[in-house]
Amino acid sequence: MAFDLGKKNILILGVIVIALVFLVQLFYLQILDEEYKVTAENNAYRYDVRYPARGLIMDRNKKILAGNETAYDIMITPYEVKPFDTLDLCNIFDLDYLEVRGKLKEYRKNRRRIGFQSMPFVKQATSIQYTIFLEKAYKFPGFSAVSRTIRNYPYNSGANLLGYITEADTSFLRKNPEYRRGDYIGKTGIEQSYEEVLKGKKGHNIFLRDVHNQVKSSFADGKYDLEAVPGMSIISTIDAELQQYGELLMRNKIGSLVAIEPSTGEILTLVSSPGIDVTKLATINKYYSELVNDPLKPLFNRAVMSPYPPGSVFKLVNALVGLEEGVLDSDTRYSCSGGYHVGRGVACHPHPSPTDLTRSIMMSCNTYYCHVFRNIIDNPKYSSVTEGFIRWKEMVESFGFGKKLGTDFPAEQGGTLPSTGTYDKIHGKDKWKSLSIISLAIGQGEIGTTPLHLANFAATVANRGYYIVPHVVRGSPDTLINTEYREKNYTKVSTANFEKIIEGMFLAVNSPPGSGATASRVAVKGLDICGKTGTAQNPHGKDHSVFICFAPRDNPRIAIVAYIENAGFGATWAAPIASLLTEMYLTRKIERKDMEAFILQGDLIGNTTVR
Amino acid sequence: MIRGNEYKQLDWQLILCYLILMLIGWVSIFSAVYDEEHGHILDITQRYGMQFIWIVTSVVIAFIVLFVIDPKIYSTLAWLIYGGSLLLLLAVIFLGIEVNGSNSWFEFGPVRFQPAEISKIATTMALASLMSGYNFRFKSIEGYAKIALIILIPMAIIVMQKETGSALIYGAFILMLYREGLSGWYISLGIMAILLFLITLSSSPFVAVIVLTSIMVIARGVLSRRAIVHLLGLAALLPLMILSPRMGDIPAISQKIDLPDVFWLSTIIVPLLLLHIISAIKSKFKLYQNIALSFVLAVILIFSVEFFFERILKDHQRARIENLLGINVDLKGAGYNVHQSKIAIGSGGFWGKGFLQGTQTKFNFVPEQSTDFIFCTVGEEWGFVGSSFLIFLYLFMIIRIYNLAEKQKDTFNRVYGYSLASIMFLHFFINIGMTIGIMPVIGIPLPFVSYGGSSLWSFTLFLFIFIRLDLDRRK
Repeated sequence: MAFDLGKKNILILGVIVIALVFLVQLFYLQILDEEYKVTAENNAYRYDVRYPARGLIMDRNKKILAGNETAYDIMITPYEVKPFDTLDLCNIFDLDYLEVRGKLKEYRKNRRRIGFQSMPFVKQATSIQYTIFLEKAYKFPGFSAVSRTIRNYPYNSGANLLGYITEADTSFLRKNPEYRRGDYIGKTGIEQSYEEVLKGKKGHNIFLRDVHNQVKSSFADGKYDLEAVPGMSIISTIDAELQQYGELLMRNKIGSLVAIEPSTGEILTLVSSPGIDVTKLATINKYYSELVNDPLKPLFNRAVMSPYPPGSVFKLVNALVGLEEGVLDSDTRYSCSGGYHVGRGVACHPHPSPTDLTRSIMMSCNTYYCHVFRNIIDNPKYSSVTEGFIRWKEMVESFGFGKKLGTDFPAEQGGTLPSTGTYDKIHGKDKWKSLSIISLAIGQGEIGTTPLHLANFAATVANRGYYIVPHVVRGSPDTLINTEYREKNYTKVSTANFEKIIEGMFLAVNSPPGSGATASRVAVKGLDICGKTGTAQNPHGKDHSVFICFAPRDNPRIAIVAYIENAGFGATWAAPIASLLTEMYLTRKIERKDMEAFILQGDLIGNTTVR
Repeated sequence: MIRGNEYKQLDWQLILCYLILMLIGWVSIFSAVYDEEHGHILDITQRYGMQFIWIVTSVVIAFIVLFVIDPKIYSTLAWLIYGGSLLLLLAVIFLGIEVNGSNSWFEFGPVRFQPAEISKIATTMALASLMSGYNFRFKSIEGYAKIALIILIPMAIIVMQKETGSALIYGAFILMLYREGLSGWYISLGIMAILLFLITLSSSPFVAVIVLTSIMVIARGVLSRRAIVHLLGLAALLPLMILSPRMGDIPAISQKIDLPDVFWLSTIIVPLLLLHIISAIKSKFKLYQNIALSFVLAVILIFSVEFFFERILKDHQRARIENLLGINVDLKGAGYNVHQSKIAIGSGGFWGKGFLQGTQTKFNFVPEQSTDFIFCTVGEEWGFVGSSFLIFLYLFMIIRIYNLAEKQKDTFNRVYGYSLASIMFLHFFINIGMTIGIMPVIGIPLPFVSYGGSSLWSFTLFLFIFIRLDLDRRK
């Protein structure tokens, strides 16, 4: 060979080449490639989550509605369990002996797969059980206790309003990757709406672990551990005492009771009855299937979800639209002979006739509003019925009906308003007239409003023409959260026209008995309650009893709707309930003990045909 | 016996390297199995405590080899030692205990011993003795046969013990044989075979044939001293070969036949090969025949790779190779060790995490971390700097032994030295290569560093016999 290196040197060259290859690969692994460094961290550090305490929920007077208490989860590490006195353990936690035996057997079978992981054995043990367990803990190798906070509810009210906390499920985790399995989240109510504020920030303790997931030591003496940041507390707009009283009044009745402070849109009380029993709220998982299967649907928040026909309460809306459209005036009179006898006709109850606007409201004359409604729809200003209807709908929508108001309460529903399309479908295109849709005159037919809509309407009237979107949270002790709930939403009806109907609402309550006023029995001297009854027909049973009101007449402080299912006349149940709530709020006491007793004793659940 | 000041002439450079390597090993083992309950480095319930005992006894062994034993007995007793080692190898199959699925260990109380380690030395001695015989003729059928027998018998027994890794190490003797006169063709062929095997597996026979053809053209160019012509030819040939399957796309042809890529490739290569064979016969240049023969053998190899891979290799061996080549990476199974090992080494960075600061190796993420995967600890805790230092240390030792071996006047000593360096090199190559993911996982220790008494003892013996033999040259 021409270039004879000598065999020794060729061998040495080979060795050097291999060494160089090694150095290049090491350079790549140790210096160029970042991936291996990152993987190493995930490998060896164990992050033990420190759960933050959830923010408190307080009422408008800073009384705690939802607080925290410590509960203890007893964890089992199957790999470390040695034979122990099973019966003793059962006695501490009140467990079934056979069930525990079965559980332990299951764990023992899978202990290799589980390895050194711990899993909850007893969830949410009480502090007494925890203390006894601690004393005897040495007897139970492989068992340990971890604390976490659970909710408690000092006010014992507002379950549906507050919502509950539960472990995040798979579908939630998929949508919210920042959560981990085992995290608790707010479900429904304020807990859900303000999850971001309430949840706080998780911390962690870092431990070094080995391949068996066994903790070896705290990493760098805890230098990099992160304290959990407790959630921010929330001040809600709810008046805890009023809420409690509202729930009391609604006991054994199906329906809703909503109270709003008109000037701010703050919801003072929001009752959906029957609701979730607050005592079950903290440990709701235990009762969940029971609640879901309850025919009275306690989980269903009627106050913001259920679309009801508004009934006669809606006459006020038509009156306002009529006034604004110029087809109605305070002096407009119609006579009533027990009903409106055109077409299929609408019946009316006996009352003095004829009536002007004020008295039509006070006595809730159906005939009057059939005239008004037809005048609105058939207004010669507009070329067709359709156009008149579209205008009417536009006006009605400006009150917030037929859409979600945009409250901070989750699960709010928008109710329904008919469109021209609705009637085109029923009657054929352009085949319908004002008479075809006359039910709308008295708040029946193709219209659905939630109690929240009606309460908001009461507030709108109280404000003489505008509303602030109702909301349940005012802010945090340090920060104001809901700046968006400041804006006044004006209706398309001018303030002057509101004054004209308020007179009627005032008289409906404050006329002497026998005058034909619908709600004279709920008048309270000095409170100047202005109200309007409704008796909403429904195809499923007895009429719903409806009442909206606000008080006092000047500078109103509260606007209320009471909507009681299958309770008959508005004046019988809804009006007393709303007026008692008004009295409670404005005077902080109840003078009318008879009426209170009557309401508290009333059990109307039997009236409902459970569907 | 060493007398007077003769010990000053010992090769202290090798001895120093040896001591440093043992120290690195001890510290790394300490670090790898360290836990706070057994914090003392001399705690003999732990591996680092035991390793200290191995180190001390190894030094004693080294001392005895240097100062007590007459070096002449190695060549005299070579065959006796070789025979004894074969007996031990056989005995261990029946009398030994099973460790990790192989029957290659004797157990005496707390001490475990692997005869395969000693067998390497014995085989070396037997080979050295054979080849230093004055009537030994290397390039004869008889010579080849004797050498092959001496190497293959212990290899076969070790394979029977299911210690394929240790058996592979006997391949190192080929490097010594190369020095002693074996043609470089065999090593080249061996390397090429491995290369083609890997290329065939990781891509396809088509690619392997192209690579093979390119190598052959370059070899022909170098040998015929017309390198430039051949390189230009190759440059023209490469695109032709790569694009050859496109011939199937030519409408006139593709209508009729649908053939594999390799067929189209052969339409280009076969004429070239015939041309080459004709010129080989004409010129009577022997190396041309070698090229033709190698080419044919290699093509046969390429097309039998699949058979060998699927039928002959065991599942775990196949999995390790697939993992290395990235064909079928299973990070929880066959690929786990290497992946974790690369994570550990990679996380070391430039300076390393520092003594006892390694999180990966300390907490058992890397299996066998104190034995076969000890290099991970070095890589993680001492980083690129430490790893490079260790590699340079081996490089230095191996090169030095080759150089010293070359200087030996006595054939026995030279063969012994070359064998030692080659075996050390192969251990180094396979062991570190597997921890950094460029070799498949083959369970053999890193000399002087890995935990274990029998490995440390036998390498000490192996090295110090050479150092002692070398001393005689200097006197």
